[in-house]
Amino acid sequence: MSSQINNGRAFKVKDCALVAIATGKRAQNLRELRDNLAVIHPGSIYYHFWAGRLRPRFDDPQFNNDFAVWAHYALHDDPLAERLAVIDPCEFQDLESLRREIIEVIEERLEEREWVPWVRPDKQFHFVRSQIVVFDTHAVIERPEDLCDIVPGLSVGSVFYHFIDARRREPLAIDDFRAWLMGFGDKYRDFIMRLAAVEPYFVTLVELRRQLAHVCMRSFDRRSQ
Amino acid sequence: MISIQDYAPIVGQEVIDQLRQLAEPLKGLKVVHVNSTKEGGGVAEILRMLVPLMKELGLDVRWEVIRGGERFFECTKGFHNALQGKSVVVHESLLQVYEKTNEQNAEDLRSVLEEADVVFIHDPQPLPLLKWCPNRKGKWIWRCHIDLSHPFRPVWRYLRQFVADFDASVFSLADFAQPVPHTMFLIPPSIDPLSEKNMELSAQEVNAVYSRFNLDKERPILLQVSRYDRFKDPVGVIRAYRLAKNFAPYLQLVLAGGGATDDPEGEAVLAEVNAEANGDPDIHVLRLPSDAHTTINALQRAAYIVIQKSIKEGFGLTVTEALWKGKPVIGGDTGGIRLQVVNHHTGFLVSTPEGAALRVRHLLQQPHKVAEMGVKAREFVRENFLITRDLRENLSLMVSLSFGDEERIELEMRQ
Repeated sequence: MSSQINNGRAFKVKDCALVAIATGKRAQNLRELRDNLAVIHPGSIYYHFWAGRLRPRFDDPQFNNDFAVWAHYALHDDPLAERLAVIDPCEFQDLESLRREIIEVIEERLEEREWVPWVRPDKQFHFVRSQIVVFDTHAVIERPEDLCDIVPGLSVGSVFYHFIDARRREPLAIDDFRAWLMGFGDKYRDFIMRLAAVEPYFVTLVELRRQLAHVCMRSFDRRSQ
Repeated sequence: MISIQDYAPIVGQEVIDQLRQLAEPLKGLKVVHVNSTKEGGGVAEILRMLVPLMKELGLDVRWEVIRGGERFFECTKGFHNALQGKSVVVHESLLQVYEKTNEQNAEDLRSVLEEADVVFIHDPQPLPLLKWCPNRKGKWIWRCHIDLSHPFRPVWRYLRQFVADFDASVFSLADFAQPVPHTMFLIPPSIDPLSEKNMELSAQEVNAVYSRFNLDKERPILLQVSRYDRFKDPVGVIRAYRLAKNFAPYLQLVLAGGGATDDPEGEAVLAEVNAEANGDPDIHVLRLPSDAHTTINALQRAAYIVIQKSIKEGFGLTVTEALWKGKPVIGGDTGGIRLQVVNHHTGFLVSTPEGAALRVRHLLQQPHKVAEMGVKAREFVRENFLITRDLRENLSLMVSLSFGDEERIELEMRQ
């Protein structure tokens, strides 16, 4: 359930931190990747599509999930990398349907290839899963205008929780800011549309926070003019 | 005395606030860290910064160091090499010294360890302590800082029997984890931007190293900072320097190595390095005391390019340090270096002295690229590899151990 559906209430700012856990499962070729995907803990799918954003890593602007990154850099299979990268996890109702889609893409590629692409042992894909620790910051936002002051100072954990993680929370499956603003009727329609246009997958969380802050400032400058 | 608030100008106030909120449910938790040296090596450095910060956040934290003789450290050095893949036969008599030393240390530490809520055992040296604490009430975690991806099996089999009894393990990377019958957490290590080794220095302090070590300020310096250890491949660095020097005769090389009290092999490797240097006046082989943090800091800032040509590496904190100082790093394509050195962004990954030489030549010809990579490198470390991130993940791990194994822990609902 979205934590920010507006019933005339203020927006409670939450934060989260990630605990990454090695599953011990790994893949050295594409078939092993598919076989492991079929049985891996759903938390691992979540990690490799979303939660990995909270992990120390260099964000690759080309790809939005770890499977695509591995297909490109380790397997050197760009058609596969592109097909995996285009999967929008938000389009899927749950992690099981997302899992099926990834497997489908991989199986299609396995049928196309004459041999199973493989990697050196030190380039294996390691399946990681995560735990998310969610906690209250005790900060509340009373009015949408206040987002201009609050967003630039949000931790990256808060940005992740409200703008990315929220997309897999029912019933709206959109970010918490939009979910909250929609409760005000049409009043913030332009603001909502601008937030919807912020692409969360190709930038670091620090850059994402900067973009969100910019959208907030821009929206309220326009309203005040 | 550094306070957690002192990090706010570097990482942002929101990061400090987050740490305080996350630590709230852990206040008063009795935590003990145990390792085998107070000085030298990455583990001691991490603990020196992590322990006071955890205390400031309200946890009841102690740092204990086990004591051992020469044969104990000979044995654990053998373990270290074997766990990183070298075929090392550790004689039965040394294993007895290893276990006996831990038994003796357990006599001194037992009451503290058995009373603790969480015990972190760092690396293999203190592993058997758990066996000698039968009335322990807390969770015991093995914090492995070593690249365990291809251990020499007989030694790992021996050590695994101790690891198996722990409640959880922590590895720096998923690649380093070996199957063990408990949860395997992943936490990359970090550096402290306010420590002597990483804090900002005045131009005067940086300039002091030129005269002190007879370096030419006008000529570029290639620097590797690491212990004299074969896995760090200092001889390979000299070979890379020689290959690059054919094209850049003005190049200077500095190898700066510290000693750790638990590393008895350093002398032998240092002799090999000096033999390879063969009196070249532009090769400066420095042997620095383990507390020469400001000197290392100044050398890293004075360097034009930093190299870390390890052939095996746990994580490679010297890489993080150099990136933080805005230096591109030419790093061995191994272990944690891969997580930090991103080809063409923060430096270059190489596999041979030839590859390293090629990248040195490339960067010597591209000063704008050096500057551009330097900016990217510093931001990359700011976002990912500073102590505040490490602290957050350690706190999260303790929350996880305290509150359960489900995918999502909502603290608000637990309190």
